[in-house]
Amino acid sequence: MAEMSAMNRKLIQNLAETLSKQVKHFNKTEAECLIRLFNGLLGDQSDRRVGNGLDRGKFRNILHNTFGMTDDMIMDRVFRAFDKDNDSYVSVKEWIEGLSIFLRGTLDEKIKYCFDVYDLNGDGYISREEMFHMLKNSLIRQPTEEDPDEGIKDLVEITLKKMDHDHDSRLSYADFEKAVRDENLLLEAFGTCLPDAKSILAFEQHAFQDTLER
Amino acid sequence: MGVALTRAAQWTTASSGTGKLEITPVNESLLKEILEFVEQFSSRHPQEAKHVFKEPLQWTTSLEASDFKTEYDISGPTVKSHETDKDGHPMLQLTPPSISVHSFSQLSKIVQLATDKRLKEVRACLEANRDPVAKMLGPSFATVEGEDSSVLRLLEKVKEGDQAKETEIKVKLIILLQQLDTQLLMPFHPPPHSVYYEFTNGCRTPPWRQVHGEICYLVIKPCDTQPLHITCSTAGVFLNGGIRQEGEENSYDRTSDVYKDLVTLLKSKSPHFAENINKQVGFHVKQVAMLIVISCWLLLLSKTPGGVGGADDFSESSSESEEDEEQSERRTESNTDLPSEYWQIQKLVKYLKGGNQTATVIALCSMRDFNLAQETCQLAIRDVGGLEVLINLLDTEEIKCKIGSLKILKEISRNSQIRRAIADLGGLQTMVKILDSPDKDLKYLAAETIANVAKFRRARRTVRQHGGIKRLVELLDCVPDSAALTEEQEKDVEVARCGALALWSCSKSTRNKEAIRKAGGIPLLARLLKSPHENMLIPVVGTLQECASERSYRIAIQTEGMIEDLVKNLNCDNHELQMHCASAIFKCAEDKRTRDLVRQCEGLQPLVTLLSQADNKQLLAATTGAIWKCSISMENVAKFQDYKALETLVGLLTDQPEEVLVNVVGALGEGAQKPANRATIRKCGGIQPLVNLLTGTNQALLVNVTKAVGACATELENMTIIDRLDGVRLLWSLLKNQNPDVQASAAWAICPCIENAKDSGEMVRSFVGGLELIVNLLKSTNKEVLASVCAAIAKIAKDEENLAVITDHGVVPMLAKLTNTTDDKLRRHLAEAIARCCMWGSNRVLFGEAGAVAPLVRYLKSKDSSVHQATAQALFQLSKDPNNCITMHDNGVVKLLLGMMGSTDEVLQEAAAGCVANIRRLALANEKARYG
Repeated sequence: MAEMSAMNRKLIQNLAETLSKQVKHFNKTEAECLIRLFNGLLGDQSDRRVGNGLDRGKFRNILHNTFGMTDDMIMDRVFRAFDKDNDSYVSVKEWIEGLSIFLRGTLDEKIKYCFDVYDLNGDGYISREEMFHMLKNSLIRQPTEEDPDEGIKDLVEITLKKMDHDHDSRLSYADFEKAVRDENLLLEAFGTCLPDAKSILAFEQHAFQDTLER
Repeated sequence: MGVALTRAAQWTTASSGTGKLEITPVNESLLKEILEFVEQFSSRHPQEAKHVFKEPLQWTTSLEASDFKTEYDISGPTVKSHETDKDGHPMLQLTPPSISVHSFSQLSKIVQLATDKRLKEVRACLEANRDPVAKMLGPSFATVEGEDSSVLRLLEKVKEGDQAKETEIKVKLIILLQQLDTQLLMPFHPPPHSVYYEFTNGCRTPPWRQVHGEICYLVIKPCDTQPLHITCSTAGVFLNGGIRQEGEENSYDRTSDVYKDLVTLLKSKSPHFAENINKQVGFHVKQVAMLIVISCWLLLLSKTPGGVGGADDFSESSSESEEDEEQSERRTESNTDLPSEYWQIQKLVKYLKGGNQTATVIALCSMRDFNLAQETCQLAIRDVGGLEVLINLLDTEEIKCKIGSLKILKEISRNSQIRRAIADLGGLQTMVKILDSPDKDLKYLAAETIANVAKFRRARRTVRQHGGIKRLVELLDCVPDSAALTEEQEKDVEVARCGALALWSCSKSTRNKEAIRKAGGIPLLARLLKSPHENMLIPVVGTLQECASERSYRIAIQTEGMIEDLVKNLNCDNHELQMHCASAIFKCAEDKRTRDLVRQCEGLQPLVTLLSQADNKQLLAATTGAIWKCSISMENVAKFQDYKALETLVGLLTDQPEEVLVNVVGALGEGAQKPANRATIRKCGGIQPLVNLLTGTNQALLVNVTKAVGACATELENMTIIDRLDGVRLLWSLLKNQNPDVQASAAWAICPCIENAKDSGEMVRSFVGGLELIVNLLKSTNKEVLASVCAAIAKIAKDEENLAVITDHGVVPMLAKLTNTTDDKLRRHLAEAIARCCMWGSNRVLFGEAGAVAPLVRYLKSKDSSVHQATAQALFQLSKDPNNCITMHDNGVVKLLLGMMGSTDEVLQEAAAGCVANIRRLALANEKARYG
């Protein structure tokens, strides 16, 4: 058992070494901590082999419990953004890559990430329909109104007016990037898909300090 | 429009009545202008639009009942408006094909609903009503070519005071119509010949007059004098020879003094205007009418390049009181013409209320795209309840919403009404709390918003009472001086900058100054003062100069080495920063050590250099103030002499605002303590403008002017000029001023004048009632006044005839009454005066009888040696009366005088010895008489 864990530790260290070189923002120790955390989270999935990674449900739990996200659709989209190879599992590498943006991403990286989250069909544009879909729960509906969607539609128009610089009724990456650079508040224009400062602090505390002490 | 229609419009037949307007480009554009005027009239001037025409405008219309919609009663082909006059007659009536209309509001509506037939309608209306103005306002306003006295007539009517409100509206209406006329006629005049034509540079004068700086000509008809023909020029405002038409070149000549603004001119030319303009409250009708005429011209003036100073000043004084006063709210009365922004903003506020974080952020960002600097938008946000929502957002946990909200609040809080609303809604308390946030964006945005809101007293108090000052001071704690900053450090600097901005606003309240100091703000400000960035330095120095009104700050500025930094920044090229630095030095240089420091840090030369920025009056006021205070030290005066500061200062004695003049004259007064400078002032032609300033009314200025004139008068050559300009009479008349500082300063200045003027005795006698006036000032309770008047009396009494006169006015008992004083300065000059006044008649005896001798003996025990000399001289004079000798002797004078006979001061020696000799002689005579 001790041998196993020693071997395991060696493995983890090697992996951390490799990943800390491939992924920005984390040093070797931090990468190691995140691997341990990942393994800990996997622990319950005893029936699966390590390497498959976190499944959708597991990952959504983390987003909800640790990062305070609530919107189902956005959480699915965040999962898709983490799961780069599209195999429905977040692997340890994807985990660390995703977290590097989540926790310490530069504005550029975050713009790219958010755009990917919001581009629901992955065609490189955020269309009117996609916006409507993402914003549809953002307003309290007034039952008295003739068209309960009117407010949402209007909100979509407002957003387009503000962000669609080439006036083609959809947001290209260039549109999105320019709008966010002009006004950083628009980074998460279509829903919260990044953790707030408080959750980041709590998570890092938990991951980097508590894990080490264990 | 009457004049335009008769003069410019092209009619088919020359006869009046049924002429047709030809279809020509001129008429076309004329019609369009009139159309636009009518269309916008009711939204621009809702009150005037309701004025019921004297006679309706009637014409044959192509409109039909179906063109009219709501607000009209339609029965078959006829139409009546809901709007009626006070007797219930409809304001519009249509009985096809005839239409009759009673008000501009209905005209506006017709133009709006006639859509594509509108030009046709306007044409038909004008063809049927050749002189619409006469119909609107009554036949007395019929358009007569060449002469226009309708406003005058109305003014007369207003004077009668009947139906004041209605007449006022009528005045406005006629002014509006005349403005339209002016506008319509503009293109029809060959440009250089028309008084009306406005050049692209804003001038309304012919080019050959523009080179003289003339901007426009006005004719103002006050109710109590002849019409005033006025020229407004860059040099000021003055009367001209009555410019009516071109060619009369000499009519452009100036026929009056130059006044700094129109109001001052009117004040001096129209007593009625002068009397009423000062009654800020209780406007009565006459004045309203007058003001309307004036304000309409001021409007015109405000468009002039650079402005004719006074016009701006005037408009400011009425609207700018917001700085400290709780301003009553002014709201637009009509809601009929709400701009489209209003509805869009209302919608966004709805989303703010009913949206989650995502929708809220979108709505906030969209709101920022409105022109938040515009009052319409600012008030719209408030009026639809947006402020409440924005402030509530500050209480949430959502950082993005808070940031978005603050970014809006920061902009709209530049409006004074919004500031008050934010304070009323408790926004300051929340923003003060946000200052504790770890998020730096939030911190600096909150601080910047507080800086805007805390522009009035109540808000500043709120900030303090909720612990805001301490938190703002904490924001100052950053490291500003390293050259290359990381992104985080840059944010820290921004946080500190906004903290300084907020403290700057707050520091206008005395208690906040104290609170900033107690929170440890001074060393932090001192550290930020080393910053290389102007945008940081401006609020920091701004705060410091504001706080320098407190002694504790002045000491700190001196001891914490801030003078050096202030001096350094005098050399920057930002006028605002230079101004605050100079202003700080101005306030601190009352202290000698500070004055020395400014010199040692080589701050005097940059101050003199700044004098060349004479166009920036605020900067000039601060600079001259600093020079004045620094001049209190003679070492500095010597430096200023080297830098030829006085030469420049003399040039600033004319055409400057009073806050500059006070300082310039103050500096000259200090400089003139040195003989060489007195000659310089004369050689630069400074005496005359100084003497001219003696006629002013600003008391601070008068104190300084009298001092400067007095200092100059110590030079014989200067005195000749002052005498020639009748300066002594002017000084003398200032003794009548209410302010004791002015009285004293004038009396001091009179002393050297009497000393140096030729035939001064004769001169003084020529001031009718002058001697009585100055003697009566001995009843003053102000010690400085008493001392100065005693000094003057000592000079006056040198002339025997005048001494006789002041004796008649009772100077002896009055002086005697003052002898019990313990004030050394007064004692000295009182003793001088007594010594001089002893020279007439039985005054010696009278002083003794009035009990003046015993107190004088006590003066010899004073610690001030200058008191001794004057007292010994007085006692010497008094000792020529035997009874006085006895009193002196009884009060132990001999021993005291014996000590003084050994003084190095020869005058004192001699007087003391003389007095002792008199006493001794009396004793000897006594003995001789007794023992034979």
